[in-house]
Amino acid sequence: MNKITYREALNQAMAEEMTRDDRVFLMGEEVAEYNGAYKVSQGLLDKFGPKRVIDTPITELGFAGLGVGASMTGLRPIIEFMTWNFAILALDQIVNAAAKMKYMSGGQYSCPMVFRGAGGSAARVGAQHSQSLENWMANVPGLKVVMPSNPADAKGLLKASIRDNDTVIFIENEINYGDVGPVPEGDYIIPLGKADIKRAGTDVTIVAHSRMTGFALEAAKVLAQQGIEAEVVDPRTIRPLDEDTIIASVVKTNCAVVVEEGWRFAGIGAEISARIMERAFDDLDSPVIRVTGKDVPMPYAANLELMALPSVADIVEAARVACGRA
Amino acid sequence: MSAEQKSGITHEGDFYSEEALHEMHDSMLFIRRFEEKAGQLYGLKKIGGFCHLCNGQEAVCVGLESAADAKDYMMTSYRDHGHILARGTDPTAVMAELLGRAGGVVKGKGGSMHMFDIEKNFAGGNGIVGEQVPIGLGFGFSSWYKEDGRVTICIMGDGGINQGAVYESFNMAALWKLPIVFLVENNQYAMGTSLDRASAETQLYKRGISFKIPGMKIDGMDVLEFDKKMRQAIEHARSGKGPILVEANTYRYRGHSMSDPATYRTRAEVDEWRSGRDPIARLQNQMIAAGLSTEEAFKQKDKDIKKRVAAIAKEAEAQPEPDASELWTDIYSDPIEGAYPETGKVY
Repeated sequence: MNKITYREALNQAMAEEMTRDDRVFLMGEEVAEYNGAYKVSQGLLDKFGPKRVIDTPITELGFAGLGVGASMTGLRPIIEFMTWNFAILALDQIVNAAAKMKYMSGGQYSCPMVFRGAGGSAARVGAQHSQSLENWMANVPGLKVVMPSNPADAKGLLKASIRDNDTVIFIENEINYGDVGPVPEGDYIIPLGKADIKRAGTDVTIVAHSRMTGFALEAAKVLAQQGIEAEVVDPRTIRPLDEDTIIASVVKTNCAVVVEEGWRFAGIGAEISARIMERAFDDLDSPVIRVTGKDVPMPYAANLELMALPSVADIVEAARVACGRA
Repeated sequence: MSAEQKSGITHEGDFYSEEALHEMHDSMLFIRRFEEKAGQLYGLKKIGGFCHLCNGQEAVCVGLESAADAKDYMMTSYRDHGHILARGTDPTAVMAELLGRAGGVVKGKGGSMHMFDIEKNFAGGNGIVGEQVPIGLGFGFSSWYKEDGRVTICIMGDGGINQGAVYESFNMAALWKLPIVFLVENNQYAMGTSLDRASAETQLYKRGISFKIPGMKIDGMDVLEFDKKMRQAIEHARSGKGPILVEANTYRYRGHSMSDPATYRTRAEVDEWRSGRDPIARLQNQMIAAGLSTEEAFKQKDKDIKKRVAAIAKEAEAQPEPDASELWTDIYSDPIEGAYPETGKVY
């Protein structure tokens, strides 16, 4: 299997889907002539021409709405936000239009499209460019929220998202763009709504998505050295959430840690903890522990930034407490 | 009978046949009576929520429909009853929607502000002021992409035109020469705020200048004039010259919504528009002057239309409310089995 980067995997997914379906087009800031701010769309302009790979002015609300309208006519837009931070400007079109169009129109119009771009915290870019918004998006019925944690998932999930007939919020991670991993060639599709057990274990369940999956796997290595076998579950799709896989793991391990980069209040961890409580209360030997980003805007100073994010050590500590081996 | 012998009215060189004139008059009067009935049903609490009527603005709805092709896309704000009726959507379905009934045009899920009819290329019915403008940009983009010869008529009000999204859309539409007519229904008030209190440039047709979008101002109280000029605007967009901005000067007789007593304007002002410029009376007088109909015939027609609207309301009211199962439909096109506790499954 070819080893390629996370960014190349995303590029491959788009190129393959654009070849397969001429209704698919890519639009966003710097996606065409600049080849993408993070080079995710490298070479696509040359391959598909200026009609299908389109640079926009810096006008997120406008081109998000353009995507919504185009999808209502049967096109399959991929709308790139340079980062999800800028998508806040486009929330009306995402939340009030794309997510609700099918319902409001009694099923007549739907918005089969992908909003994608880098989310989560980057490095040393301060409060406005480092944040996790997946819980905002996942709160909205009508949206699907997908977050790949490695190159193979990036490809398989993006292809599935482009083919999906609903609006998919596809949140990549800037820090992961350079990660290298084996990626199947050709039509590799990962169905949405399916979690993946990234590491099997029997002692504690660690649920983690996006960049935190890597942190959880690192923590699992440390825990293994201490004789604790952690099972790492990556939901991959935040909405719909593959509750069954998470619950099955907790039923096996009887304890759980939920990790996310985002803020604690009403975060993804809160949702997953609640679901574990609802369905696996009697299987729990201890309360579910949440490891989250600190409840502060992201600071710039290197030491403070590090403190604001969950660490591998935090996850190790939480796992030990959860399984009574602290 | 040869064309020269046909009866009708010539308006600035354009001939409107008797049949076409009657059709426009019928349509305007129908919308007026329909809206009055909606107002009445709202008063009886049979229609809930927000309800924005378009009495007074009928010439814009009907003139626009007369000028556009059926294949052209249209979308507007929440003041949408008149436009969807003019498009030819079944009025019983529109009334049923207002009443929250199963046979509503969107199955009772949208209500007054969210009327959609995909068969008629009517894309809402959008509740957030100005939201439909970037969406319209997308429809225009689609026609550019597919080269399908359609024009998008994207309608907003004099309130909506101050939203930033509108200028983002103007810029891209002009940049890529998309086939869009941006139509501003200037009814002089954004809710209770008069145009001069909200707009630094009150000549709204000029608001596209910095995007090199040409503008036209049309009397929106004269259906023939509106139809004629709107045809030119649509032709401009269809011919590949890019977008055009049309300002229709019009007036709403009622408040912004049913809960608005409209105390921010004088009785004299309303009367001036109502009795001096009413679009239905205007066409009626033109037709009588041209010998195409009589006062009595119009009175009879009005009675017939009122009867028709009453029957429609009765029929719509008799419909059941949507089935409880509809709560959970139309959220996703590709739902994932078993993945949603949200679908009502209780654990």
